[in-house]
Amino acid sequence: MSVERRLDVNRHWCKGCRICVAFCPRNVLALDREGKVVVMRPDDCIWCGDCEIRCPDLAITIVKEAAS
Amino acid sequence: MPHIWCPGCGHGIVLNSLLRAVEKLQLERNDIVMISGIGCSARIQGYVDFHTMHTLHGRALAFATGIKMAWPLLKVIVPMGDGDALAIGGNHFIHAARRNIDVTAIIMNNSIYGMTGGQHSPLTQCGDHATTAPYGTVDSPFDVVQLASAAGASFIARTTTYHARDMTRLLAAAIEHKGFSVVEVLSQCPTYYGRKNDAGDAVAMMERFRDETVKVTADGAVPGDRSGRMDGAHEPVPVGLFRREERPEYCEAYRTRVMEPALEQAQSAARDVSP
Ligand SMILES: Cc1ncc(C[n+]2csc(CCOP(=O)(O)OP(=O)(O)O)c2C)c(N)n1
Ligand code: SF4
Ligand code: SF4
Ligand code: SF4
Repeated sequence: MSVERRLDVNRHWCKGCRICVAFCPRNVLALDREGKVVVMRPDDCIWCGDCEIRCPDLAITIVKEAAS
Repeated sequence: MPHIWCPGCGHGIVLNSLLRAVEKLQLERNDIVMISGIGCSARIQGYVDFHTMHTLHGRALAFATGIKMAWPLLKVIVPMGDGDALAIGGNHFIHAARRNIDVTAIIMNNSIYGMTGGQHSPLTQCGDHATTAPYGTVDSPFDVVQLASAAGASFIARTTTYHARDMTRLLAAAIEHKGFSVVEVLSQCPTYYGRKNDAGDAVAMMERFRDETVKVTADGAVPGDRSGRMDGAHEPVPVGLFRREERPEYCEAYRTRVMEPALEQAQSAARDVSP
Protein backbone atom coordinates (compact mmCIF):
# COMPACT_ATOMS: atom_id res chain seq x y z
CA MET A 1 0.00 0.00 0.00
CA SER A 2 1.39 3.41 -0.93
CA VAL A 3 0.31 6.92 -0.12
CA GLU A 4 -1.10 9.06 -2.87
CA ARG A 5 -1.15 12.82 -2.71
CA ARG A 6 -3.35 15.30 -4.46
CA LEU A 7 -4.11 19.01 -4.27
CA ASP A 8 -7.59 19.69 -3.00
CA VAL A 9 -8.95 23.08 -4.06
CA ASN A 10 -11.94 24.73 -2.42
CA ARG A 11 -13.26 26.92 -5.25
CA HIS A 12 -15.88 28.41 -3.01
CA TRP A 13 -13.24 29.85 -0.67
CA CYS A 14 -10.68 30.88 -3.34
CA LYS A 15 -10.71 34.64 -4.02
CA GLY A 16 -8.27 34.54 -6.93
CA CYS A 17 -5.52 36.58 -5.28
CA ARG A 18 -2.84 34.73 -7.35
CA ILE A 19 -0.49 34.25 -4.37
CA CYS A 20 -0.31 30.46 -4.81
CA VAL A 21 0.15 30.78 -8.58
CA ALA A 22 2.98 33.34 -8.29
CA PHE A 23 5.00 31.55 -5.61
CA CYS A 24 4.64 27.93 -6.83
CA PRO A 25 8.21 26.87 -7.71
CA ARG A 26 6.98 24.51 -10.47
CA ASN A 27 4.26 26.54 -12.14
CA VAL A 28 1.62 23.95 -11.30
CA LEU A 29 -1.24 26.32 -10.61
CA ALA A 30 -3.20 28.86 -12.66
CA LEU A 31 -6.35 30.94 -12.47
CA ASP A 32 -9.27 29.99 -14.69
CA ARG A 33 -11.65 32.31 -16.51
CA GLU A 34 -13.66 32.87 -13.36
CA GLY A 35 -10.47 33.87 -11.52
CA LYS A 36 -10.40 30.73 -9.39
CA VAL A 37 -7.37 28.51 -8.89
CA VAL A 38 -6.98 25.34 -10.96
CA VAL A 39 -4.33 22.62 -10.81
CA MET A 40 -3.02 22.87 -14.39
CA ARG A 41 0.04 20.63 -14.26
CA PRO A 42 -0.50 18.18 -11.37
CA ASP A 43 2.34 15.91 -12.51
CA ASP A 44 4.88 18.69 -11.97
CA CYS A 45 3.98 19.20 -8.30
CA ILE A 46 6.79 18.49 -5.82
CA TRP A 47 4.49 18.74 -2.77
CA CYS A 48 6.52 21.54 -1.21
CA GLY A 49 3.35 22.88 0.45
CA ASP A 50 4.11 26.53 -0.34
CA CYS A 51 0.67 27.08 -1.87
CA GLU A 52 -1.03 25.49 1.12
CA ILE A 53 0.75 27.57 3.77
CA ARG A 54 0.52 30.91 1.92
CA CYS A 55 -3.10 30.81 0.80
CA PRO A 56 -4.87 33.56 2.79
CA ASP A 57 -8.19 31.81 2.23
CA LEU A 58 -7.13 28.30 3.25
CA ALA A 59 -8.46 27.14 -0.10
CA ILE A 60 -5.68 24.65 -1.00
CA THR A 61 -4.84 21.48 0.92
CA ILE A 62 -2.46 18.67 0.12
CA VAL A 63 -4.52 15.55 0.77
CA LYS A 64 -2.79 12.26 1.49
CA GLU A 65 -4.72 9.09 0.79
CA ALA A 66 -3.80 5.45 1.03
CA ALA A 67 -3.76 3.94 -2.46
CA SER A 68 -4.28 0.25 -3.06
CA MET B 1 -18.15 30.10 4.08
CA PRO B 2 -15.34 32.33 2.74
CA HIS B 3 -13.95 34.76 5.33
CA ILE B 4 -14.56 38.52 5.28
CA TRP B 5 -11.05 39.67 4.32
CA CYS B 6 -10.36 41.14 0.87
CA PRO B 7 -8.67 39.00 -1.82
CA GLY B 8 -4.97 38.65 -0.97
CA CYS B 9 -5.25 40.18 2.52
CA GLY B 10 -2.25 39.05 4.58
CA HIS B 11 -4.37 38.58 7.68
CA GLY B 12 -5.63 35.29 6.17
CA ILE B 13 -2.04 34.02 6.00
CA VAL B 14 -1.61 34.84 9.70
CA LEU B 15 -4.74 32.77 10.42
CA ASN B 16 -3.34 29.96 8.28
CA SER B 17 0.04 29.96 10.12
CA LEU B 18 -1.55 30.30 13.55
CA LEU B 19 -3.76 27.24 13.00
CA ARG B 20 -0.69 25.27 11.97
CA ALA B 21 1.21 26.45 15.07
CA VAL B 22 -1.62 25.32 17.36
CA GLU B 23 -1.77 21.99 15.55
CA LYS B 24 2.01 21.61 15.88
CA LEU B 25 1.83 22.18 19.64
CA GLN B 26 -1.13 19.78 19.89
CA LEU B 27 -2.98 22.15 22.17
CA GLU B 28 -6.51 21.39 23.33
CA ARG B 29 -9.06 23.87 22.00
CA ASN B 30 -10.41 24.35 25.51
CA ASP B 31 -7.02 25.43 26.81
CA ILE B 32 -6.73 28.40 24.45
CA VAL B 33 -8.44 31.75 24.66
CA MET B 34 -8.06 34.26 21.84
CA ILE B 35 -8.92 37.84 22.71
CA SER B 36 -9.07 40.56 20.10
CA GLY B 37 -9.99 44.23 19.88
CA ILE B 38 -11.45 45.87 16.76
CA GLY B 39 -10.06 45.96 13.23
CA CYS B 40 -9.83 43.72 10.17
CA SER B 41 -7.07 41.88 12.05
CA ALA B 42 -9.26 41.46 15.14
CA ARG B 43 -11.80 39.50 13.09
CA ILE B 44 -9.39 36.57 13.13
CA GLN B 45 -10.88 35.24 16.37
CA GLY B 46 -14.20 34.63 14.59
CA TYR B 47 -12.65 31.81 12.56
CA VAL B 48 -11.18 29.69 15.34
CA ASP B 49 -12.88 27.13 17.53
CA PHE B 50 -11.15 28.16 20.79
CA HIS B 51 -12.54 30.28 23.59
CA THR B 52 -12.77 33.73 22.01
CA MET B 53 -13.59 37.30 22.96
CA HIS B 54 -14.12 40.23 20.62
CA THR B 55 -13.58 43.26 22.87
CA LEU B 56 -12.91 46.99 22.46
CA HIS B 57 -10.53 48.69 20.05
CA GLY B 58 -7.09 48.83 21.70
CA ARG B 59 -8.16 47.11 24.91
CA ALA B 60 -7.63 43.43 24.10
CA LEU B 61 -4.48 43.23 26.25
CA ALA B 62 -6.35 44.66 29.25
CA PHE B 63 -9.04 41.96 28.93
CA ALA B 64 -6.30 39.37 28.38
CA THR B 65 -4.49 40.45 31.54
CA GLY B 66 -7.69 39.95 33.58
CA ILE B 67 -8.41 36.54 32.07
CA LYS B 68 -4.86 35.32 32.49
CA MET B 69 -4.77 36.47 36.13
CA ALA B 70 -8.07 34.71 36.85
CA TRP B 71 -7.08 31.48 35.10
CA PRO B 72 -3.31 31.28 34.61
CA LEU B 73 -3.41 27.80 33.03
CA LEU B 74 -5.03 29.15 29.86
CA LYS B 75 -2.92 29.87 26.78
CA VAL B 76 -3.84 33.46 25.97
CA ILE B 77 -3.36 34.72 22.41
CA VAL B 78 -4.02 38.35 21.47
CA PRO B 79 -4.04 39.22 17.75
CA MET B 80 -3.98 42.98 17.09
CA GLY B 81 -3.70 45.41 14.20
CA ASP B 82 -0.94 48.04 14.18
CA GLY B 83 -3.45 50.73 15.12
CA ASP B 84 -5.15 48.54 17.70
CA ALA B 85 -1.85 47.56 19.36
CA LEU B 86 0.19 50.74 19.17
CA ALA B 87 -2.07 53.77 18.72
CA ILE B 88 -5.09 53.46 21.01
CA GLY B 89 -3.63 50.33 22.67
CA GLY B 90 -0.03 51.50 23.01
CA ASN B 91 -0.16 52.01 26.74
CA HIS B 92 -1.62 48.54 27.38
CA PHE B 93 1.12 47.13 25.18
CA ILE B 94 4.08 48.61 27.05
CA HIS B 95 2.64 47.75 30.45
CA ALA B 96 1.84 44.14 29.50
CA ALA B 97 5.46 43.88 28.32
CA ARG B 98 6.76 45.49 31.53
CA ARG B 99 4.84 43.00 33.68
CA ASN B 100 5.96 40.08 31.54
CA ILE B 101 2.52 38.50 31.78
CA ASP B 102 2.31 35.17 29.94
CA VAL B 103 0.35 36.32 26.88
CA THR B 104 1.19 35.99 23.18
CA ALA B 105 0.68 39.28 21.34
CA ILE B 106 0.54 39.03 17.55
CA ILE B 107 0.86 42.39 15.81
CA MET B 108 -0.56 42.05 12.31
CA ASN B 109 1.20 45.07 10.87
CA ASN B 110 -0.21 46.23 7.53
CA SER B 111 1.05 49.81 8.11
CA ILE B 112 -2.48 51.20 7.91
CA TYR B 113 -5.95 51.25 9.48
CA GLY B 114 -7.65 48.76 7.16
CA MET B 115 -11.09 48.54 8.67
CA THR B 116 -11.80 52.27 8.78
CA GLY B 117 -10.56 53.13 5.29
CA GLY B 118 -6.79 53.58 5.21
CA GLN B 119 -5.73 56.13 7.83
CA HIS B 120 -2.03 56.12 8.79
CA SER B 121 -0.96 54.36 11.99
CA PRO B 122 2.03 54.62 14.35
CA LEU B 123 3.68 51.92 12.21
CA THR B 124 3.22 53.68 8.85
CA GLN B 125 6.65 54.44 7.43
CA CYS B 126 7.66 58.09 7.06
CA GLY B 127 6.62 59.25 3.56
CA ASP B 128 3.98 56.54 2.98
CA HIS B 129 0.57 57.69 1.81
CA ALA B 130 -2.72 57.20 3.61
CA THR B 131 -6.20 58.73 3.64
CA THR B 132 -5.03 60.98 6.46
CA ALA B 133 -1.61 61.58 4.88
CA PRO B 134 -2.28 62.69 1.28
CA TYR B 135 1.20 64.30 1.09
CA GLY B 136 2.91 61.35 2.78
CA THR B 137 3.22 60.56 6.47
CA VAL B 138 5.36 63.07 8.37
CA ASP B 139 5.63 61.11 11.64
CA SER B 140 8.32 58.50 12.20
CA PRO B 141 7.06 55.01 13.01
CA PHE B 142 7.76 52.93 16.09
CA ASP B 143 10.10 50.00 15.64
CA VAL B 144 8.05 47.27 17.35
CA VAL B 145 11.09 45.14 18.15
CA GLN B 146 12.92 48.00 19.86
CA LEU B 147 9.79 49.21 21.64
CA ALA B 148 8.95 45.72 22.96
CA SER B 149 12.57 45.25 23.94
CA ALA B 150 12.78 48.50 25.93
CA ALA B 151 9.40 47.82 27.57
CA GLY B 152 10.57 44.40 28.79
CA ALA B 153 8.94 41.70 26.63
CA SER B 154 10.80 38.43 27.14
CA PHE B 155 10.13 36.95 23.68
CA ILE B 156 10.37 39.16 20.59
CA ALA B 157 10.17 38.15 16.94
CA ARG B 158 9.34 39.68 13.58
CA THR B 159 8.31 37.89 10.42
CA THR B 160 6.19 38.44 7.30
CA THR B 161 3.38 36.74 5.42
CA TYR B 162 5.89 35.75 2.72
CA HIS B 163 7.83 33.79 5.40
CA ALA B 164 4.76 31.72 6.38
CA ARG B 165 6.78 28.69 7.44
CA ASP B 166 8.95 30.83 9.78
CA MET B 167 5.77 32.47 11.04
CA THR B 168 4.34 29.10 12.11
CA ARG B 169 7.57 28.20 13.89
CA LEU B 170 7.83 31.59 15.63
CA LEU B 171 4.18 31.61 16.68
CA ALA B 172 4.53 28.12 18.15
CA ALA B 173 7.65 29.18 20.08
CA ALA B 174 5.92 32.36 21.26
CA ILE B 175 2.87 30.45 22.53
CA GLU B 176 5.13 28.00 24.37
CA HIS B 177 7.24 30.75 25.92
CA LYS B 178 6.37 31.63 29.53
CA GLY B 179 6.20 35.42 29.61
CA PHE B 180 5.05 38.27 27.37
CA SER B 181 5.71 37.26 23.76
CA VAL B 182 5.54 39.66 20.84
CA VAL B 183 5.42 38.48 17.24
CA GLU B 184 5.20 41.28 14.69
CA VAL B 185 4.00 40.02 11.30
CA LEU B 186 4.35 42.33 8.31
CA SER B 187 1.05 41.76 6.52
CA GLN B 188 -0.31 43.19 3.27
CA CYS B 189 -3.45 45.31 2.91
CA PRO B 190 -3.74 45.50 -0.89
CA THR B 191 -7.04 47.37 -0.64
CA TYR B 192 -5.88 50.46 1.25
CA TYR B 193 -2.12 50.44 1.76
CA GLY B 194 -1.57 48.92 -1.69
CA ARG B 195 -3.77 51.38 -3.58
CA LYS B 196 -2.66 54.48 -1.67
CA ASN B 197 1.00 53.68 -2.25
CA ASP B 198 0.92 52.18 -5.76
CA ALA B 199 2.33 49.08 -4.13
CA GLY B 200 0.69 46.67 -6.58
CA ASP B 201 -1.31 43.60 -5.67
CA ALA B 202 -0.83 41.13 -2.83
CA VAL B 203 1.83 39.22 -4.79
CA ALA B 204 3.91 42.37 -5.41
CA MET B 205 3.65 43.32 -1.74
CA MET B 206 4.78 39.85 -0.65
CA GLU B 207 7.67 39.94 -3.11
CA ARG B 208 8.86 43.04 -1.29
CA PHE B 209 8.61 41.19 2.04
CA ARG B 210 10.88 38.58 0.42
CA ASP B 211 13.33 41.02 -1.19
CA GLU B 212 13.47 43.78 1.41
CA THR B 213 14.05 41.78 4.58
CA VAL B 214 17.17 40.29 6.13
CA LYS B 215 17.25 37.38 8.57
CA VAL B 216 18.89 37.97 11.94
CA THR B 217 21.55 35.56 13.13
CA ALA B 218 20.91 32.79 15.69
CA ASP B 219 21.74 35.15 18.56
CA GLY B 220 19.34 37.82 17.29
CA ALA B 221 21.97 40.15 15.81
CA VAL B 222 21.25 42.10 12.62
CA PRO B 223 23.81 41.33 9.91
CA GLY B 224 25.68 44.18 8.20
CA ASP B 225 26.53 47.71 9.25
CA ARG B 226 23.42 49.72 10.05
CA SER B 227 25.21 52.64 11.64
CA GLY B 228 24.51 54.91 8.66
CA ARG B 229 20.76 54.66 9.13
CA MET B 230 18.93 57.90 8.39
CA ASP B 231 15.29 58.86 8.46
CA GLY B 232 13.59 57.64 5.30
CA ALA B 233 16.69 55.73 4.19
CA HIS B 234 15.74 52.42 2.69
CA GLU B 235 17.23 49.48 4.49
CA PRO B 236 16.17 45.83 4.65
CA VAL B 237 13.92 45.08 7.61
CA PRO B 238 15.44 42.53 10.03
CA VAL B 239 13.24 39.46 10.59
CA GLY B 240 13.61 36.46 12.89
CA LEU B 241 13.89 35.84 16.62
CA PHE B 242 15.37 38.80 18.51
CA ARG B 243 14.96 37.77 22.12
CA ARG B 244 13.96 34.74 24.16
CA GLU B 245 14.85 35.01 27.83
CA GLU B 246 13.60 33.76 31.18
CA ARG B 247 12.26 36.45 33.47
CA PRO B 248 9.77 36.17 36.40
CA GLU B 249 6.25 35.86 34.97
CA TYR B 250 3.56 38.15 36.39
CA CYS B 251 0.84 35.63 37.40
CA GLU B 252 3.40 33.45 39.13
CA ALA B 253 5.02 36.41 40.89
CA TYR B 254 1.59 37.63 41.97
CA ARG B 255 0.74 34.19 43.38
CA THR B 256 3.97 33.75 45.35
CA ARG B 257 4.46 37.38 46.43
CA VAL B 258 0.86 38.45 47.12
CA MET B 259 -1.73 35.68 47.16
CA GLU B 260 0.15 33.05 49.17
CA PRO B 261 1.46 35.44 51.89
CA ALA B 262 -2.00 37.04 52.15
CA LEU B 263 -3.65 33.65 52.52
CA GLU B 264 -1.11 32.61 55.15
CA GLN B 265 -1.71 35.81 57.09
CA ALA B 266 -5.48 35.32 56.97
CA GLN B 267 -5.15 31.72 58.15
CA SER B 268 -2.91 32.62 61.08
CA ALA B 269 -5.31 35.44 62.05
CA ALA B 270 -8.15 32.92 62.00
CA ARG B 271 -6.11 30.55 64.20
CA ASP B 272 -5.44 33.35 66.66
CA VAL B 273 -9.12 34.12 67.23
CA SER B 274 -10.32 30.51 67.34
CA PRO B 275 -10.80 29.20 70.91
C1 LIG C 1 -12.62 53.32 20.76
C2 LIG C 1 -12.64 53.22 19.28
N1 LIG C 1 -12.01 54.14 18.53
C3 LIG C 1 -12.00 54.03 17.19
C4 LIG C 1 -12.64 52.99 16.58
C5 LIG C 1 -12.63 52.90 15.07
N2 LIG C 1 -11.73 51.90 14.56
C6 LIG C 1 -12.14 50.64 14.28
S1 LIG C 1 -10.93 49.66 13.68
C7 LIG C 1 -9.80 50.95 13.78
C8 LIG C 1 -8.37 50.79 13.33
C9 LIG C 1 -8.09 49.57 12.54
O1 LIG C 1 -6.73 49.50 12.18
P1 LIG C 1 -5.75 48.42 12.74
O2 LIG C 1 -5.90 48.27 14.19
O3 LIG C 1 -4.38 48.74 12.24
O4 LIG C 1 -6.28 47.04 12.11
P2 LIG C 1 -6.55 46.60 10.59
O5 LIG C 1 -7.98 46.92 10.32
O6 LIG C 1 -5.60 47.36 9.71
O7 LIG C 1 -6.28 45.15 10.60
C10 LIG C 1 -10.40 52.11 14.27
C11 LIG C 1 -9.70 53.39 14.46
C12 LIG C 1 -13.30 52.04 17.39
N3 LIG C 1 -13.90 50.96 16.86
N4 LIG C 1 -13.29 52.17 18.72
S1 SF4 D 1 -3.73 31.71 -2.80
FE1 SF4 D 1 -5.70 30.79 -2.23
S2 SF4 D 1 -7.24 32.40 -2.58
FE2 SF4 D 1 -5.35 33.03 -3.65
S3 SF4 D 1 -5.65 32.27 -5.75
FE3 SF4 D 1 -4.54 30.69 -4.63
S4 SF4 D 1 -6.13 29.32 -3.83
FE4 SF4 D 1 -7.14 31.20 -4.47
S1 SF4 E 1 2.80 21.93 -3.40
FE1 SF4 E 1 4.46 23.26 -4.14
S2 SF4 E 1 4.86 22.53 -6.22
FE2 SF4 E 1 2.87 21.69 -5.63
S3 SF4 E 1 1.40 23.19 -6.40
FE3 SF4 E 1 1.83 23.73 -4.29
S4 SF4 E 1 3.47 25.26 -4.44
FE4 SF4 E 1 3.37 24.18 -6.40
S1 SF4 F 1 -9.13 46.46 4.11
FE1 SF4 F 1 -7.00 45.74 4.09
S2 SF4 F 1 -6.68 44.80 6.12
FE2 SF4 F 1 -8.91 44.97 5.79
S3 SF4 F 1 -9.54 43.00 4.90
FE3 SF4 F 1 -9.15 44.41 3.18
S4 SF4 F 1 -7.00 44.02 2.65
FE4 SF4 F 1 -7.31 43.18 4.69
